[in-house]
Order: sequence, then C-alpha cells, then structure tokens
Amino acid sequence: MSWVDIGALADIPPQGARVVKTAAGCVAVFRTADDQVFAMDDRCPHKGGPLSEGIVHGASVTCPLHAWVFSLETGMAQGADSGQVATYPARIEGGRILLDATRLARRVAA
Amino acid sequence: MKQKLVVIGAGMASGRVLEQLTEAAPDAFDITLFNAEPRGNYNRIMLSPVLSGEKTYADIVTHDADWYAARGVKTVLGQAVTRIDRAAKTVTSAGVETPYDQLVIATGSAPFIIPVPGHKLAGVVTYRDLEDTNAMIAAAKPGAKAVVIGGGLLGLEAAAGMQLRGMEVVVIHLMGHLMERQLDPAAGYLLQKSLEQRGMKIHCKGATKAILGKDRVEAVLLEDGTVYDADIVCMAVGIRPEVRLANDAHLDVGRGITVNDAMQTSDPAIWAVGECVEHNKQLFGLVAPLYDQAKVLAQALLGQEAAFRPVQTATKLKVTGCDLFSAGDFADGPGREDIVFRDPARGVYKRLVIEGDALVGAVMYGDTADGNWFFGLIKDATDITPMRDTLIFGPAYQGGATADPMAAVAALPPSAEICGCNGVCKGKIVDAILGGANTLDLVRATTKASSSCGTCTGLVEQVMAVTLGDSFTANANPAMCKCTDHTHEDVRRLIKSVGLKSIPAVMQELGWRSVGGCASCRPALNYYLIADWPTEYRDDRQSRFVNERNHANIQKDGTYSVVPRMWGGVTTPAELRAIADAADKYDVPMVKVTGGQRIDLLGVKKADLPAMWADLNAAGMVSGHAYSKGLRTVKTCVGSEFCRFGTQDSTGLGIKLEKLLWGSWTPAKVKLGVSGCPRNCAEATCKDIGVICVDSGFEISVAGAAGMDVRETEPLCKAATEAEAMEIIAAFVQLYRENSRYLHRIYKWVAKVGLAWCQEQIADLATRRALYDRFMLSQSVYQVDPWAELTKPDQLAQWAPMADLSLEAAE
Ligand code: SRM
Ligand SMILES: Cc1cc2nc3c(=O)[nH]c(=O)nc-3n(C[C@H](O)[C@H](O)[C@H](O)COP(=O)(O)OP(=O)(O)OC[C@H]3O[C@@H](n4cnc5c(N)ncnc54)[C@H](O)[C@@H]3O)c2cc1C
Ligand code: SF4
Ligand code: FES
Repeated sequence: MSWVDIGALADIPPQGARVVKTAAGCVAVFRTADDQVFAMDDRCPHKGGPLSEGIVHGASVTCPLHAWVFSLETGMAQGADSGQVATYPARIEGGRILLDATRLARRVAA
Repeated sequence: MKQKLVVIGAGMASGRVLEQLTEAAPDAFDITLFNAEPRGNYNRIMLSPVLSGEKTYADIVTHDADWYAARGVKTVLGQAVTRIDRAAKTVTSAGVETPYDQLVIATGSAPFIIPVPGHKLAGVVTYRDLEDTNAMIAAAKPGAKAVVIGGGLLGLEAAAGMQLRGMEVVVIHLMGHLMERQLDPAAGYLLQKSLEQRGMKIHCKGATKAILGKDRVEAVLLEDGTVYDADIVCMAVGIRPEVRLANDAHLDVGRGITVNDAMQTSDPAIWAVGECVEHNKQLFGLVAPLYDQAKVLAQALLGQEAAFRPVQTATKLKVTGCDLFSAGDFADGPGREDIVFRDPARGVYKRLVIEGDALVGAVMYGDTADGNWFFGLIKDATDITPMRDTLIFGPAYQGGATADPMAAVAALPPSAEICGCNGVCKGKIVDAILGGANTLDLVRATTKASSSCGTCTGLVEQVMAVTLGDSFTANANPAMCKCTDHTHEDVRRLIKSVGLKSIPAVMQELGWRSVGGCASCRPALNYYLIADWPTEYRDDRQSRFVNERNHANIQKDGTYSVVPRMWGGVTTPAELRAIADAADKYDVPMVKVTGGQRIDLLGVKKADLPAMWADLNAAGMVSGHAYSKGLRTVKTCVGSEFCRFGTQDSTGLGIKLEKLLWGSWTPAKVKLGVSGCPRNCAEATCKDIGVICVDSGFEISVAGAAGMDVRETEPLCKAATEAEAMEIIAAFVQLYRENSRYLHRIYKWVAKVGLAWCQEQIADLATRRALYDRFMLSQSVYQVDPWAELTKPDQLAQWAPMADLSLEAAE
C-alpha cells in the first residue's frame, strides 16, 4: 500500500462528502458523524448518480437521484436493490485523510 | 559504581517510574530529577477538585521533599532542561551541565493555543498546571464571567470548576457536539442539556475569531459575530506532546518521541515515558496507560525484559451530576453493528458497538452503572453471542425488558400541551380518561383535544393507551420511518410540547431506534426544527437533500440548473443581458423559459456554480429557489396596468407577495398565482395559493394543484386591500408551516385539517396577526440569498474537488 494525503479531515463536514479527481473519474470521500472516513466511486451503479451528494446516515449514503442506499463499508446496495460500488482503503492520520494510491491506480488499469 | 540516572519532568508518569524503581532496587541509581514547574510530583488529574474548591493543592501532592530525601533523589525544581548532549551524555539546565548514564524524558504535553488575535492578553490561560488553576481561582469573584474555549474533557472540567466558584461560564466548542472524541452526538446532546440546566451556556459550532481587550481580556468574538464578555478565558482546545528537547537532540520523533516496547528511544541510553511518547503510532492522554508504561520502564532500566502493550481505556467525566461513560471504539466501521437503548423518561442513552462476536465499544449517558461490566467485556473480547439480545440491559437484567415505544408520551409532564389548537395539556386528558372518557370521541367531547385540526389524534390516543393500559387499542397510523414508531404528526407536536431543539434531542427524547436517523427522517426533522424554533435552531445542511444543500437542481448527469428569481415574472433588459452573459461564459447547454415565468440555465457544472451566482448577484439577481421546499414562483398576469379587463395591479401584488414570502422554508413547495380578473390568465386557481382580483378587492383561494394531482383551489376568504391580502397569505403560509407534515403540499394538508378550520384561524384577527408575526420573525432569519452566502470566500473551497490525483493515478 502507498498512502497519499488528499486533504484535512476538516475539509469535509461531518455527515458530508467531497470528491477527489482521478484519471478514471471521481472518487467520493465520506465523513460520518463520528469521524470515520470512507472512499468509493462517485458513481451510482443504478444510473450514475453522484453518491458524494447523497445524505450520509450512520455508515450509509442515500443516492441523490433515486434514493438507493449503499453501505460505505462494503459498497453494497442495501434493502431490495442490488449492486455494488467499488470502495477504497481510507484512513485518518493526524487530522489528515489518506487514500491508498496503489488501489486507486489499479482502478485506472481495470 | 552506581549508574547516574537523570529524569526530565516530574509528572505523573515519571513519578510512577521513580516509585517502582526506588522500591525494587533502592541503590541501583544516583537519581537527579529536573522539573520546569517549581514543585515536585502532584496528582495532575486532581487539579479539577482544586479549581472547584473541593480540595487544596496540599491534598494532591504525591511526592513531597521528605519523599525525595528518603529515597536519595536529588531534585532541581523550577528549572527546565534546555539541552541534551548525546555525545557527551549530559543535560543542561540554567547553564549547568549534569552527566547521565541513563536519561528519561518525561516532559508530558504542552497545551495547544489557537493563535487568534489577542491570545497573548493577560487573563488568557490554558489548563495544565497549578499556575493555570490558580489564575482561574483568582478570577473567580461571584458574578465574574469566564469563557472556556473547547468543549472536551478538560474544557468542561475547567468550566464546571469555575461555575462552582460562582462564575458565569460560557463554553465555546468548534464541533457540533461536546466531547466529540469520547461521545457520539446523542450522548453529547444529553451532556449539553444537563450542563445547560445547571446554568452553563454552551455554544457549539462556534469558531473563535479574536480575543478582545486593551490591557487584559474583556471579551471573546466568534466568527458568527457573537460576543461574550469575559474576565478570564481558558483555552482548552487540545494538547501536543512536548518533544522540543528530543527534536533538538535529533532523536526519532513522530508526533511524539518514538519508543519501542521497552520505552527506549532511538538512542539506547535515552528512554521516554508519558504523554510525550509515541508507541506504535499511538499517543496517550490518560494516566492508566502511562502507569503501564512506567512499570515497563522501571523494569527495563533494571535490565529486566518487559514490553508495553496498550490496553483499551475508558473515560468518565469528573464533573459532578454528569453521568457519562465511554470506552473502546464506538465509530462505525466495516462489519460493525449497533445496539441502542434510549429511555427518554430517565434521560438515559446507551449504545453498544459490536463487531463479530465481541463488544468493541460502549457509550453511555445517564445510567453508567454497568460501564465497568461492559468495559470488561471489551477488554477480554468476550464472546457475547449467547446474551446478545439482552446485552444492553446489563449484567443484572439478563431477563429481557424491551424498549417501550410509548415511553416518550408516558414521560411527558401533565403540563405538556398535546392539542395545540385548543390548548389542552396532558393532565386534562388524563383526568378526562380517568373520569370515564374511554373512547376518542368522548375525550374529544370532554376536553376538545383533537377536535379541531386533528393532527394530535395519534398523541391523544397514546395518552389513552398509557392511561388505560391494554384495554385500549389505538388506530394504527404509519410511523414516520423505520427509525421510530411515531407518526409525523406526533413528532411535530412533541417537538413543541417537550421543547426539543436539535436533531439529537428529538432522537433521544422520542426514542429513535437508529443511531443517526436516515435519509427520510433527517430532512423532515431539520424542517420541523427550523419551522418551530427559527431563532434558536440552526439549519443542518447535511440533513438536506442535495438540491437544498447545493441550492441548485441536480440533473440526471450530475450537473445543475440555475434559476434566478424574476419577481412576478417581470424582468429587464439588463437582467436578460446578465443571464445571456452567464450562459455564454459558463457554456450553458440549454437556456429555457420555465412554466413558472422565469429562465432556467440547465447543465451547469458544480464547480462553476459559485462564480455564476456571483455574476448574477452582481446584476442584482438572487436565487429563485427552484429547488426548495419553499416559495417557488408567484405567477402574475399584466393586470390593470396594461390589460383592458384588469381590475387591480395583479403584477404589482404578485411582486410584493414574492418579496414577502421568498426564502421561507415550507413543508413542500409553495407556488402562487395572481390574476387581474376572473379570466385568470395567471392560472391562479390551480396553485397552492391563488388570488383573483375583482373590483371590490381580492379573492384568495387555496389548495390547488396541477402536478400529479390536478385540483381547483377552494375559497379561503376575501380581502379588501392589498395589505390585508398580504397579511392573510403570510398568516396562511405560517399556519401551513407550523402544522403540516413534511412533503405534504398545501392541498394534501388542507384535506387533513379541513378548510373550515383554516378559515377559522384566518378569520380570527388575533390568531391571524400572531401567525403573521411568527412568519415575519422566521423571515428575519431565513430571508437571505443563499447565493450571496455561498459565494463568500470561506465557502468557495467546498465546490471543487478536495484533491486532484488524475496525474498521479495515471502513472
Ligand atoms: C423547470 C420546470 C419545467 C420547465 O422547464 O418549465 C420544472 C422542472 C422540474 N420539476 Fe416541475 N418544473 C417546473 C414547473 C412545474 C409546474 C408548473 C408551474 O409551476 O406552474 C408544475 C405543476 C404545478 C404544481 O406544482 O402543482 C410542476 C410540477 C412538478 C412536480 C409535481 C408536484 C406535485 O406535487 O404533484 C414535481 C415532482 C415533485 O416536486 O416531487 C416537479 C419536479 C420538478 C423537478 C424539480 C424534478 C426534480 O426533482 O429534479 C424538475 C427539475 C428540472 C431541472 O433539472 O431543473 N414538478 N412543475 C418548471 C420550473 C418552474 C420554475 O420556474 O420554478
Ligand atoms: C486538569 C486535568 C485533568 C485531568 N484529568 C484526567 C483524568 O481524569 N483521567 C486521566 O486519566 N487523565 C487526566 N488528565 C491527564 C493526565 O493528567 C496526564 O495524562 C498525565 O499527567 C501525563 O503525565 P506525564 O508525566 O506524561 O506528564 P505531566 O504530568 O504533564 O508531567 C510533565 C512534567 O514535565 C515538566 N517538563 C516539561 N518540559 C520540561 C523540561 N524541558 N525540563 C524539565 N521539566 C519539564 C512539566 O513542567 C511537567 O511538570 C488530566 C489532565 C489535566 C491537566
Ligand atoms: S415534467 Fe417536470 S419532472 Fe417530469 S421530466 Fe419534465 S421537468 Fe422533469
Ligand atoms: S442513480 Fe443512484 S439511485 Fe438512481
């Protein structure tokens, strides 16, 4: 793993998200009410909705376009819907958010 | 020959090292102890009782002069070590060099000071040592004012201590809830409530801008403009390991001084212990793990094998009257599940976090009796599968009580108002039931509760169920969402009668089953709180649907549409030019005239929104709220100004109405139409509120629709003058704002409460006036242009990606 610093935890509001641009599209980085961070593709498997704009509740996000709910931990669609969003390792160190660059790079190749 | 041991810092960690060392091997070392503070070791965590006056400094001294003398420890007090010379193996203090064979660094932490203007004024203290404590005690004259910056463990202890000394205390906390590192929002809410009940003022989401004063502190100014007077300011915003000596000596230092399992630094002759160390990337801020470190270090110094293994720690707040406990890791995480228990009546909140078969975290407020039992389960990673269902009730209650959905209503005091229309409180309803009114109709007949608009029916039924027990079965109304058993109507009434003023407050007091709600209840609660407490509640943007959070309509491809207001559908060449310029400048794919008499710029990229808004703002235009559960458009026709049939200035009235109502949040969108005569060219009779001008005045009708349902409006009343029409319409909108459930358009709400009831409210002049006044009070807060707010410099960053890895990731 090689961790890359993408910004401060404080750059994302609690229960909010921001995006990180990559060559293969945006990755959404979420912050929960209790300051966990999660990263996943910013594209809903249903019709491509930007998940970073959804409402974050617990460790889930509701897609802003048609309200599918995804687990931030696994990327799995919840309830009756099926589908999965790719997730990426993310962690906080000293108030900074780090993403795993190796996994992000592999995503470009895929 | 005895080895020379030098210790830098006489704090809680090194004190414990000396105790262990001198007991195990009294003659092993020649010990010299340096301390920057002019005293030896005392129990730092007992500074809080010293501050509050429950103890004196003498009570908390751990090692006095006799103690050191008896063990042959040479002390150099009130004198900091300024340099370590690793080659010569000496330390320097006040110009004097002292040689060592083994060196222990135990310098603790330094409080963090936010470098706002005024932070160096006299009267600004931190909370770390006896000097700080004495400064706060000296300031504590009855009635004197203290401001504490930082609502963590230390800040709250400082605040409570000064309050016990008779000071008026305000706590300013940057985050949304107190002690966010130890508590989740629900427990933070309960803590805040209890501190406020004891007279403390808590200001969350408060960022300090400056400390004001000439020669010494006089006040604290926040970013939001609030000013708090202060005779003393205590900054308790965090600590960082005191590593300056180690840095200068080129030891390995991360955030703290890096040590191995034996507490040895990168120099084999130098050891470190306490808050100044970093072990396996972890820092330590509570004494329990420091004592473990001390034990390991004492053994290591004596050449024995020992390894430091951090264990979980638990936090309890020492502030009296606040019963809280947190242990382990209670963040959401992969494969974790929560068990939540809330007892609104007793103000109890408990949350357990389970991973696999084991308990990994616990947060409790109000009843922490089982804290240590849970802590034990966490530490031992006990398999909790067999007792999972009843785990939350603790060791004594492995029988199985269940949370009672009716607890919130049962807990209401007799004086709580249940029926808002007729002012009927719980006590009166209970009396009626006990007096024999055992059906809803009888309760209605005897008390008038639920006999008007009917939105409190669910609550009245719950009062009956609580009073009559099993013999009563209420009509089942659908719950608001899966997080609660309450209906929207119950929640709205309870927010008012219990006085709930935040989302965590509602979730706690009404027994929410989920930790932080869901995408369905959060926007509803945010609306209810805005509508009921316009001046006290602060909008929670993260509980809003994307369109209202970003103040633009999201499109199928993730771009947005931008619609400026065109008051009453009237525009000017200058506005049209500015719109055209914006469309060119930002490559807008489509410019469309909407069905609401204005212009829509569709397909705008998120990152362009603020710049485009700023351009439109500069041309005098504001957001059209085409995305909000709020006032959308007021359609007008040309009216008496130009039309040969026009009876009144319908265009002018439409503009005035839009200027009166814009910016207000409503349960669902609100659209108006004003037509100049009954030919009705503005289609006023299929709007939420319609006005038809006639010779004698204005016919106001409501509850129309032309969307999924098509309805003609029904007459509300007639007004003789424009001013009267405006007051009636604002009052009616307020009636809707205060009573409807979220997402119900006016026509759905009127169908529930009845047009006759609405007419009565509006016809009664006192009621109408009061509604109007409450509407205007809310407008004084909420009638602001979001475009202007969101294009301020400090708001700009959020619209762009937080990082761009497109180049790196492509490699
Ligand atoms: C832009 C516009 C269509 C147009 O090109 O003319 C429009 C566009 C949308 N309408 Fe509308 N409505 C527009 C006038 C209307 C009208 C006509 C009117 O206002 O006179 C109606 C019928 C009148 C009524 O509201 O009763 C109308 C009834 C709806 C409904 C059905 C509401 C209902 O309660 O039945 C929805 C769905 C909803 O709100 O849940 C809706 C929802 C939408 C949304 C916001 C869908 C969405 O959630 O994304 C569309 C946004 C498109 C976009 O990306 O910008 N729109 N919509 C009109 C904007 C008016 C304005 O200036 O603000
Ligand atoms: C008000 C208060 C309440 C607390 N309550 C609790 C609690 O309830 N529970 C809990 O577990 N923890 C509590 N803590 C935290 C606890 O006190 C610390 O974790 C603990 O004191 C750290 O021990 P230490 O030996 O690492 O550092 P310290 O106790 O801070 O000792 C370090 C000493 O080194 C001296 N020093 C620094 N640099 C030099 C130098 N260059 N030369 C010479 N001397 C130097 C300092 O003056 C200081 O006396 C509290 C802290 C405070 C301030
Ligand atoms: S009618 Fe309204 S909601 Fe439907 S497609 Fe047209 S704009 Fe969108
Ligand atoms: S695009 Fe996400 S739910 Fe449809």
